[in-house]
Amino acid sequence: MRKTIKLFVAVLLFSAVSGGLLAAVKSATQERIEYQQIKFVKGPAIQEILKGCSNDPLTSRFKIQDGKVDRSFFVGVFDGKPNTVAFESLGKGFGGDIGVVVAVNLNTDEIVGVAVTTHRETPGVGSRVRSEPAFVRQFKGQPIQDPFKVKGDGGKIDAVSGATVSSRGVCGAVVASAEVYKRLKASIAEKAKSIKS
Amino acid sequence: MAKKTVFQEFKKGLWSEVPPYRLVLGLCPTLAMTKGVDNGFGMGLAVTFVLVCSNVLISALRKVIPKDVRIACFIVVVATFVIIVELTMQAFTYPLFLQMGIFIPLIVVNCIPLGRAEAFAYKNGMVASFADGLGMGLGYTISLTVLAIIREILGNNTFWNHEVFSSGFQPFAFMVTAPGAFVCLGLMLCLMNMLGKK
Repeated sequence: MRKTIKLFVAVLLFSAVSGGLLAAVKSATQERIEYQQIKFVKGPAIQEILKGCSNDPLTSRFKIQDGKVDRSFFVGVFDGKPNTVAFESLGKGFGGDIGVVVAVNLNTDEIVGVAVTTHRETPGVGSRVRSEPAFVRQFKGQPIQDPFKVKGDGGKIDAVSGATVSSRGVCGAVVASAEVYKRLKASIAEKAKSIKS
Repeated sequence: MAKKTVFQEFKKGLWSEVPPYRLVLGLCPTLAMTKGVDNGFGMGLAVTFVLVCSNVLISALRKVIPKDVRIACFIVVVATFVIIVELTMQAFTYPLFLQMGIFIPLIVVNCIPLGRAEAFAYKNGMVASFADGLGMGLGYTISLTVLAIIREILGNNTFWNHEVFSSGFQPFAFMVTAPGAFVCLGLMLCLMNMLGKK
């Protein structure tokens, strides 16, 4: 009995020290990791869909608390007005969550652009939702509150051939972002105004 | 005398017991991460760091770790260092992290750190364990890099993402696929055995 307790305490001590150490490393690197993710994954996508804006959307960003999560919004300034916001939502793909950045015009509620950021779809098949620009271009100019669906489900979006599940995931992410947009529009518009043009 | 032994512990990892070719350990990342030289080299360095740190720590604590739960303790130590590597890579070399993805956390169950902890660090002093870890790690790094150089040049006509032969060389795409990795590794093992026989 005494021996069992000794073993138990040994493993417990090891795990406790390890846990504490990892928590320290995690909190020390968290900010940099977030920055790297913005720079290498979301950054190129956001700059792509906000092309032509006169500011740097990666620095003109703000956060809004939505329930339990903090959401980041990136503002694009067009014609001297901060009238476009881009933000990320998730949809269920074939191999896990698909991250999709959607940019919306605050005045017309129309989609300015859509881009896929992180995904774990099959390379060469599902991954084409990211690599084929013609697919995400279909969302451009549509009202954000449209119930986007692929044609096979009775919608109007042409799925990437052979990648219906991944295409469905992207549609799902856009629909999810429409819900976020609807829920938070007032505070988004409020905060976007304060971005200097 | 003692100094010579330490050097021998270091040297054995580089040639006579080089992990993937002689001990045939740690093959999963050897096959998966040698598509490009940058991947292979990065993976090797990550393993080296984990190996050196876990070897030294386990050797220092070898009198404290109870024999009955040593494997559990080893895994906790190795996993801690692996996650430190993973977070550091995410913070500083994000593009490399994106390419290596799942293979970084998998170092935890890689046979090499656990194998060295059990076979060497738990029975030897800190200096010898440090030398053993460093030797094994560098041997692993060199092995991966050599394999990656062969595969990347033949399969992709690039070296560290730079073109090698300007024209007239048709890349042998088979080499960068999974079966190509097996064939290439098999040939390397064959070569090592022939060299070892004399």
